Amino acid sequence: MLTTEERQEIEEKIAEYPNRQAVSIDAMLAVQRHRGWVSDESLRDLSEVLGVSVADLDGVATFYNLIHRKPVGKHVALICDSVSCWLMGSDKVRDHLCARLSTPLGGTTADGRFTLLPIVCLGACDHAPTMMIDDELYEDLDEERIEEALTQYD
Amino acid sequence: MEKPLTGNFRSDKQAVSLEDYERAGGYQGLHKALTIAPADVGELVKKSGLRGRGGAGFPTGMKWSFVPMGKDAPHPKYLVVNADEMEPGTFKDRALMERDPHQLIEGVIVAAYAIEADIAYIFLRGEYVCSHDRLERALAEAKTKNYVGHNILGSGYNLEIHLHVSAGRYICGEETALLNALEGKRAHPRTKPPFPQVSGLFGKPTIVQNVETLCNVHHIVKNGPDWFRGLSKTEDGGTKLYGVSGKVKKPGLWELPMGTPMREILEDHAGGMRDGLHFRGLLPGGASTDFLIEEHLDTPMDYGNVQKAGSRLGTGTMVVLDDKTCPVGMVWNLEHFFAQESCGWCTPCWSGLSWTEKILLAMEQGKGSRQDLDTLTFQTKFLAPGNTFCAFAPGAVEPLQSALKYFGDDFRKHVDEQRCPWK
Repeated sequence: MLTTEERQEIEEKIAEYPNRQAVSIDAMLAVQRHRGWVSDESLRDLSEVLGVSVADLDGVATFYNLIHRKPVGKHVALICDSVSCWLMGSDKVRDHLCARLSTPLGGTTADGRFTLLPIVCLGACDHAPTMMIDDELYEDLDEERIEEALTQYD
Repeated sequence: MEKPLTGNFRSDKQAVSLEDYERAGGYQGLHKALTIAPADVGELVKKSGLRGRGGAGFPTGMKWSFVPMGKDAPHPKYLVVNADEMEPGTFKDRALMERDPHQLIEGVIVAAYAIEADIAYIFLRGEYVCSHDRLERALAEAKTKNYVGHNILGSGYNLEIHLHVSAGRYICGEETALLNALEGKRAHPRTKPPFPQVSGLFGKPTIVQNVETLCNVHHIVKNGPDWFRGLSKTEDGGTKLYGVSGKVKKPGLWELPMGTPMREILEDHAGGMRDGLHFRGLLPGGASTDFLIEEHLDTPMDYGNVQKAGSRLGTGTMVVLDDKTCPVGMVWNLEHFFAQESCGWCTPCWSGLSWTEKILLAMEQGKGSRQDLDTLTFQTKFLAPGNTFCAFAPGAVEPLQSALKYFGDDFRKHVDEQRCPWK
């Protein structure tokens, strides 16, 4: 069941478009903001609200890389693997993070704190290598900066 | 040197406030535009020579001229801002949105007025959280001041602006794929014709423009097409945001006259290569542009001259390759991106790019063969314009074809020695 808050956020978005299908992505992101991911049950609920079939919604969900169809950790770390960051040593950043959190890329830490995911260019190439944790962008990464960043999250 | 786009940027990287924006002449372009007929605003932009800053470089005024105008035109008409910056190596639109959000909003209103649009959507990358917050705030301020909404400044013109947060995928930068994404669908490109100007978002006339392009529009209306042309060193009007990333001394972003030579940007602004490293080549405008090398460094960075040198201006943000970095590895990284981001709609693209990526990875791991080199060359022709549904795959093989041309010895060394010489 969608919460009143989720439903309200979705209805606000619907007012901005000529039809309900158009907010499919907004609606899934709204659910994800509250629950961390989009479950099969959420897809069924959204299907009713939007008048879009579950299959079509899942087709949309699986197309976009910021919609999670599996549970994620409390925080999601997105590590840029595009060209400018690669030139500046993003492989090392990734390896260090994976070792530090004992989790492969794509995995979630045993304590459920972090999920590590690759991401394409974050648009901060003059400060490569970069990553995002939740809504925060981290630039000029080295081991020290990574440690500093990790301490910001419980 | 005049810097209309970045001149108001604050050194503390905070957004220019509405008060400061207005004090510096902000929203005067809008005031002026509202006193001119919409089609005449389009005419000013056409005369200015403004070309799309998102990568393709299509003349902006001409693009608008295909939109049906007047009483019989279908409504609502839409203006869509492509704020889905995701071209690897590109970091210019984020700066414009974060640091001067009202500049974009004013550009949006003036452009929307020129095509008599009723609704504008800003299609924003999900990861650009700071841009989102600052644009949202600026939009609310613009509404309070009646720059947006009903009967704007008493002109009788109405415009709604909405922010759409995207959920990822590079293909959303392709304008027809972006329209499908805005309709809540998978972002596959659409067949053209019909062109979006006639039948775009929800089947209605639509113009899609890049952030940097729109940021220029109201300056042109305010100061005139001749002023805009005068900013440039070459026939393409205006200034351009140029960026440099890679192992240079001072990576960064600068607003300079359109047509500033590559060498000047690299050496004077980016400080040249880091000590102990030598320049080998660069991608002039993001991941989907051909490599250029030493002999091209005196090329003026504009649409025509970069094309003459064998590449594209693209987004104007250069990615530099040094002599201690493996070119095969770099191209593998690029093709990995493209293989992953292919939308999967047409077979040559999804199949050809994953095949290409696998070969490059094998080469990097010392498992490549001479035959693989022929296959890579074949892929660059197989994925050439005309063989795929949209421009994604042809763009994807641009760095590959030029790397084979300029760094062919490096590729051959990988297969002959069965290892990456840089490892």
